[in-house]
Amino acid sequence: MDKITAWEKLSIIHNPKRPNAYDYISNVFEHYYEMCGDRLYSDDRAITGGIATFQKLPVTVIATVRGKNIEQNKEVNFSMAHPDGYRKALRLAKQAEKFKRPVICLIDTPGAYCGVQAEERGQGEAIARNLKEFMRLKTPIISIVTGEGGSGGALGLGVCDELAMLENAVYSVISPRGAANILWRDPHKEKEAANTMKITAEDLMKLGVADKIISEPVGGAHNDVNLVCENIVEYLFESLKKNCKKSLENLLENRYNKFRKIGMFNE
Amino acid sequence: MEDLFKIVKSRVKIDIKSPKKNKVNIPSDLLFKCPRCQTAIFKEEFVNAGRICTRCGYHSRLTAHQRLEITVDKGTFVEYDANLSSVNPIDFPGYDEKVKSLMTKTGLKDAIITGECEIRGERCVIGIMDSHFMMASMGSVVGEKIARAFERAIEKKLPVILFTASGGARMQEGIVSLMQMAKTSGAVALHSEAGLFYCTVLTDPTTGGVTASFASLGDIILAEPKVLVGFAGRRVIEGTIKQRLPDEFQSAEFLKSHGFVDMIVERKRMRHVLYRLLRFHKKEAIPDWTK
Repeated sequence: MDKITAWEKLSIIHNPKRPNAYDYISNVFEHYYEMCGDRLYSDDRAITGGIATFQKLPVTVIATVRGKNIEQNKEVNFSMAHPDGYRKALRLAKQAEKFKRPVICLIDTPGAYCGVQAEERGQGEAIARNLKEFMRLKTPIISIVTGEGGSGGALGLGVCDELAMLENAVYSVISPRGAANILWRDPHKEKEAANTMKITAEDLMKLGVADKIISEPVGGAHNDVNLVCENIVEYLFESLKKNCKKSLENLLENRYNKFRKIGMFNE
Repeated sequence: MEDLFKIVKSRVKIDIKSPKKNKVNIPSDLLFKCPRCQTAIFKEEFVNAGRICTRCGYHSRLTAHQRLEITVDKGTFVEYDANLSSVNPIDFPGYDEKVKSLMTKTGLKDAIITGECEIRGERCVIGIMDSHFMMASMGSVVGEKIARAFERAIEKKLPVILFTASGGARMQEGIVSLMQMAKTSGAVALHSEAGLFYCTVLTDPTTGGVTASFASLGDIILAEPKVLVGFAGRRVIEGTIKQRLPDEFQSAEFLKSHGFVDMIVERKRMRHVLYRLLRFHKKEAIPDWTK
């Protein structure tokens, strides 16, 4: 079988039939109770979060939500969260820490929202705070990129003990269009840019950013949602078992080192 | 899409129109046009004022070495990791050449210098970003130097002062650059847990991934007057909302009024303010009233 290019993967993950956070949550977890609001300003629908059980273990789930039609997309702001969304995520993560529940993050977002109110309410500060707090959160965190991992908006839920990616998922610092603009000053060359930027799950394994690839059915996750969810369950089971066993000190040290060692330079 | 171009066009028009009239036969380096108030003033006047717009008080960009000179005590700066330089982690076309030419042009190895210094006798770890090097974007070298600076500060129990300036994550290093945001924020977290003081000074321009990581995490956040600070680029937002944004949008003053900056400090007072903040947090200088 020919290798699927980054560009082709983008079209797979942008397929409106692709499962979204609610599909994964309802198939992978039981008794999902959604919890709302950042207790500061609003409830951002672009990020859902709450408590559920995974194989009888209570866990906190936090996920960006992609809409499947225009109505849904309007509600979830095309899965681009405002600062309120990141602050809700932090609130739920802190709650998980208090009650010693592991945190599972599901990521599928083109990025954090770029708008006037997002700036007024401190989009940068909200993401920065999550990076710092998640890094030291005293409970295991597993993040899975299920579709698009768009830059800082994805990283806001992406500081974790283990990062897994679905087979067709991508994770990038900038959208292919943005990259094309920088590279060739021509946004229409986004296809070339996508294939140059090293954004696929395989690339990220090689670069030491991702730890595991979760396989999808042929053609993409939408062809067999149950199968891909079974794969996620299998992965989470292994990964949670492993990380819950670690001492707190060990867990936090490993998490810091996971990110600390990323980077290449001459000395 | 059409509206987007309209906005850009109208901006360009406003930007260019007024100076164009006066531009006849005036050498371009004679004038400085303030990006905030759009006034053109004589370059000499601007430089003599310490690279500050004499009309609106906008504090313009300095090189890292200019900043170092006006901030730290003479002869006290000892640089860390001076030899760290970029490689090309995702084989991005043209990246090596770009870095090489900027090294020659700026005399820097990358977009930040870090080290240890004294400010009016107070010892601290300092980092200064330089927008002249690829708009001080954060790649592996910037991330590594900042992480090491914090780790050394923890070892030596020293406070950290960072002058931030950046266009954001360095696109040319792909996902590796994004991860520097997590790495630097993690280092800030460890330094903070050690009970040590961290102060950021936001300078022109602080945006993108740097705003969304260590720049926003200072115990105290200072900013120079009128500088640009934000997460998303202004053009991106204008393109989304299809309106021209007010001039003060994403200025230091805008951030302060929305609660994200503690103090706006003029350049001439910066050294004194930093000294005072260092003294406030110096354990040996605090009387013990518990006994």
